[in-house]
Amino acid sequence: MDMVSIIGLVSIVLAGATIAIGSVAPALGEARALAQALRSIAQQPDESNTITRTLFVGLAMIESTAIYCFVISIILIFANPFWNHVIEQAGK
Amino acid sequence: MEVTPDAIVFWQWRFVTINATIVFTWVVMAILVVISWLATRNLSVGPDISRWQNLLETVVGYMRKQIREITQQDPDPYLPFLGTLFLFISVSNLLAIVPAYNPPTGSITTTGALAVCVFFAVPIFGIMQQGLRGYFQHYIKPTPIMFPFHVVSELSRTLALAVRLFGNIMSGTIIVGILISIVPLVVPLVMQALGLLIGQIQAYIFAVLATVYIASATRTTFGKSEAHSET
Repeated sequence: MDMVSIIGLVSIVLAGATIAIGSVAPALGEARALAQALRSIAQQPDESNTITRTLFVGLAMIESTAIYCFVISIILIFANPFWNHVIEQAGK
Repeated sequence: MEVTPDAIVFWQWRFVTINATIVFTWVVMAILVVISWLATRNLSVGPDISRWQNLLETVVGYMRKQIREITQQDPDPYLPFLGTLFLFISVSNLLAIVPAYNPPTGSITTTGALAVCVFFAVPIFGIMQQGLRGYFQHYIKPTPIMFPFHVVSELSRTLALAVRLFGNIMSGTIIVGILISIVPLVVPLVMQALGLLIGQIQAYIFAVLATVYIASATRTTFGKSEAHSET
């Protein structure tokens, strides 16, 4: 295989693997956080405002790891720097 | 399909480039300024107020309440900065339902600029409240060994703010774009509605996180007089 095919193959496979693995762990974490928050609201309905706000901020923090993985896989597919470099080299 | 609105160039002269991000930022700014100007032109007191004044009073009052709850301080010094952040991000995400509009928050340059604003606002508010000495002392608490960790956490949370907003809005745009090429009927509509919800949540989260960072820099000790004034 030439250079372009190898880079294309590795990029596509790794983009899929990144988003697959990278979304499992945040999903588990968010599920735990949500379950705990629902339990807390059921126990103390008066504090639901504070709990909901803290829950949203916490979910955003957890979700940012999944977003990092998503951004990396998007870079691998749409704006791959190595791919562009090899194409440029071949054009010369 | 473009990944970012930066790639859509309307006008170019040498190194000056007017792309979709800049144009739609101007549009959002104009909408905010014109609506605020029209609504505050003739303010009145009493039960007989105009609808637009009622709207703005609700928005500003709710933001003041939220800031007071999070910082446990008087919200007035923080309201202009944090309120502007929230309104700008919220309106620019909400306008995504308008055809031919690309949200400027879907570009890493816009979100990076907003995150850098927060990065500089935190020490400015901290020094205003506690003085130079009081603010920089919290870098060496509890021990001077913690100094590099404080610096790294400030840098990494700035990066996280920028990438979180960018990733969420860009993913909404791209998912709708991909779905339109696969199932052009009904399904993209559902994802677009979800994208609107995500946009509002992200605007709220960006503003709340900025508030939390500023609160942690301005609050010297817990349980002082301002904490009691709330209860």
